Amino acid sequence: MYDIIVIGGGPAGLAAAVEAKKEGVDNILILERDRELGGILNQCIHNGFGLHTFKEQLTGPEYAGRYIDMAMDLKIPYKLNTMVLDMERKDDDTKVVHAINEEDGYMALEAKAVILTMGCRERTAGAIGIPGFRPAGVFTAGTAQRFINMEGYMTGKEVVILGSGDIGLIMARRMTLEGAHVKCVCEIMPYSNGLTRNIVQCLDDFNIPLKLSHTITFIHGKDRVEAVDVTQVDENLKPIPGTTETIPCDTLLLSVGLIPENEISRGAGVEIDRRTQGPSISELCETNLPGVFAAGNVVHVHDLVDFVSQEAALAGKGAARYVKGHLEEDINFTTVNGDGIGNVVPEKITVANLDDSVNCYMRVRKVSTDTVINCYIGDEKIATKKARKFVPAEMVNFKIKKSDLEKYHDGELKFVVEPKEA
Amino acid sequence: MYDIAIIGAGIAGSYVARELARYQLNVVLIDGENDVANQITKANSAIVHAGYDAVPGKKKGLFNAPGNIMYEKVCRDLGVPFKRTGSLVVAHTEREMMTLQRLYQRGVMNGVPDMRIVFQDEVHEMEENLAPDICGALYAGTAGLVSPYELGIKVAENAVDNGVELKLNHLVTNIAKKDDGTFKIETTEEDIEAKYVVNAAGVYADDIYKMVGDPYFKILARRGVYFIFDKEIGDLVHNVIFPCPTKNGKGILVSPTVHGNLLIGPDAMPVEKGDIDTTQDRLDYIKANALKNCPELEHYFNKIIRSYAGTRNTPVADTYTTTSGDFIIEESPVKNFVNFAGYESPGLTSAPASATYCVEDVILPMLERDGVHVEENKDFNPKTRPHIIFNQLSDEDKKKAIEKDPRYGKIICRCESITEAEIVDVINRNVGATTVRGVTKRCRPGAGRCQGGFCQPRVVEILARELGCDMEDIMYDAKDKGYILSGKTKNQ
Repeated sequence: MYDIIVIGGGPAGLAAAVEAKKEGVDNILILERDRELGGILNQCIHNGFGLHTFKEQLTGPEYAGRYIDMAMDLKIPYKLNTMVLDMERKDDDTKVVHAINEEDGYMALEAKAVILTMGCRERTAGAIGIPGFRPAGVFTAGTAQRFINMEGYMTGKEVVILGSGDIGLIMARRMTLEGAHVKCVCEIMPYSNGLTRNIVQCLDDFNIPLKLSHTITFIHGKDRVEAVDVTQVDENLKPIPGTTETIPCDTLLLSVGLIPENEISRGAGVEIDRRTQGPSISELCETNLPGVFAAGNVVHVHDLVDFVSQEAALAGKGAARYVKGHLEEDINFTTVNGDGIGNVVPEKITVANLDDSVNCYMRVRKVSTDTVINCYIGDEKIATKKARKFVPAEMVNFKIKKSDLEKYHDGELKFVVEPKEA
Repeated sequence: MYDIAIIGAGIAGSYVARELARYQLNVVLIDGENDVANQITKANSAIVHAGYDAVPGKKKGLFNAPGNIMYEKVCRDLGVPFKRTGSLVVAHTEREMMTLQRLYQRGVMNGVPDMRIVFQDEVHEMEENLAPDICGALYAGTAGLVSPYELGIKVAENAVDNGVELKLNHLVTNIAKKDDGTFKIETTEEDIEAKYVVNAAGVYADDIYKMVGDPYFKILARRGVYFIFDKEIGDLVHNVIFPCPTKNGKGILVSPTVHGNLLIGPDAMPVEKGDIDTTQDRLDYIKANALKNCPELEHYFNKIIRSYAGTRNTPVADTYTTTSGDFIIEESPVKNFVNFAGYESPGLTSAPASATYCVEDVILPMLERDGVHVEENKDFNPKTRPHIIFNQLSDEDKKKAIEKDPRYGKIICRCESITEAEIVDVINRNVGATTVRGVTKRCRPGAGRCQGGFCQPRVVEILARELGCDMEDIMYDAKDKGYILSGKTKNQ
């Protein structure tokens, strides 16, 4: 029987395992499906990782390397090329993780606690239903990134990118550096979905046009992509007739969103928040199932890996306390998204588990300036988050003090975007 | 010189090939594509119809219900997923209820078992997610679901297992009838000679026939657009839900799939042959019509994982002489040349029965007439080598499978839990996969919710290794122009 099994050896899983070990739990096992630890960071060979955590610019593999080193120094066991098929929770609260690999065969591994850190997957062409043919040459940005950065193959020469998510922007630069001609990036929204620094460093620096309020309305080419129709959209995101331009290309990359990967969670009975599409979690990342924790992109999609590591460390701490029987389970507060807010994580808070504050992560629904985010309990405003500008592409970290919560015994924390008071 | 050449390796041609393999005949199956079952058979509603739609007396009526009954055995023999779910043709008005009664009568005349008219309460008891104004339905218990491309592939594989020769990438460019009555089939690769020809070229059957005879039928390509939903909502309906049919056809259905997804579609738009693109207005039309019977879908359009289109090969009325609207399965006016054409719905369902008819009632009598003595093939084995689906094994059998072949311990497709051993198996069989879509059709990597985003690089790698070529040479689907990779990166 393990104390903690961590499902997924990417940045979240590594940070969770490291923290749990530091908290004094010895018997930990990380299960990773790929051929090495590090997760998706291994194919993110660009820099910009770690500014918050390590105060320096690292590449994805370097950032992963730091955490892999920590896990190795702490002698945390792991299994590679190992796929978890499902997980169940028995009546006596033991968790059983069913997994397979080539060496050990079929395994039923028991643990007191499980941390879910499976990450997310990309939305596909099928999901957004672009009309036209379905030829070769349509890739999600992440798949193209894997082919180029891990396998050493190019996925095309004349490229159009749909969606200005960060991976799409990064791939615009990457393919340009590899000699491809990136003709434009189309974004259906009137603002970009990527970080500003990526717009500047990946598009502007290479003269790649960003077409806001534009989408792709047809894919030409029966066998391989031959062109795409790019059309302007109105404020309801509907294509405007007469604005279509046919752009010849052999490749269409999609960077149209990420979806938390929760098949194992759902199968085990973990409650999923419809807004984040990830598990509803507590301040220490516990799901509705006692002893089952979740952190990172499996919970909600982050913009920066630094925040993934931060959140995962909380899960590691929570799981360690659970194993030792020190975790408080009485929920005092729930969080809800009011006007202008898309989702809030964590969904529930047990004040007794907090050190001195709780970080509430949220996304606004649209770009706004001259606004603030207020936090209410009932009619009372308990805190305000200020920023020069709120954009959906950048997750907001709203810190609420434990002392502010302690003034109320329980209730609902409601977050609302409101005009700045004069 | 072959005894019989079959043009077209879709479900019709492949099935005829397999049935011919029961005899000691030298048979070749020819297709212009780089895989079998790659056109009409690949993209359709995947329904095994009960048989109440077809007008009695026509071939469609004659072969549908018996074909349906034959599915159990052939799918078991070939290891093809098949499930009898039942179907409901639903009515919203009294007038539609009358249509259902006519359908029921037709069904009786076509010999369809296990049908009944059910009323409002029972419909909603059977299906909790249907529109409240549905006042009744025709239930048919024998309707079912199949994986049409897997059936097409396995039928072709079984034909090849039993001695049929398969020539892919051989696009027929001309057919010459020689003075001795035999045929020279010119293809993009080589000339193929045969004593008899079976034309099962789907939408191109009229073009093929024109090469040897005066046209007497014409094939219209009618495109149908579909959506596939995530397995998460695969049980939104349990039966195949049809609207009340109109003169334009069976209408937009809402159906589970045999793999556990949900499917809606198709429309029916006449198009140029080969045009299987989707258009926004058609996609919207499908959604709007599916909602009429299943308003719950409204909440799940974000669970769509793929949209696609397929074509039907509809025989149509025009200036030519025959305008039956029925399957054409006969020796043509050109002696020794058989047309197996106009094979639209319920073509898939009828395949087992109509292929048997084509062989026993058309081809063998023709051979006999010409004094050819045909012996049975005593070695004919109707079964293909079993293919293990790891995900469906018990825990104990999973353990054993990995012990025997460790590659069952390596999941390549995480959405559908497909292992490396399964992929290697479908590449190394007769009629094995050579493309990424070929692997998808045979064992589903890329058919799940991530649509190959995760597994495609790994599948390309496995294909290249097993086929002994470079990753760059692996095609997505179509040959030559369907390339995935355009070269190596700079530092390679």
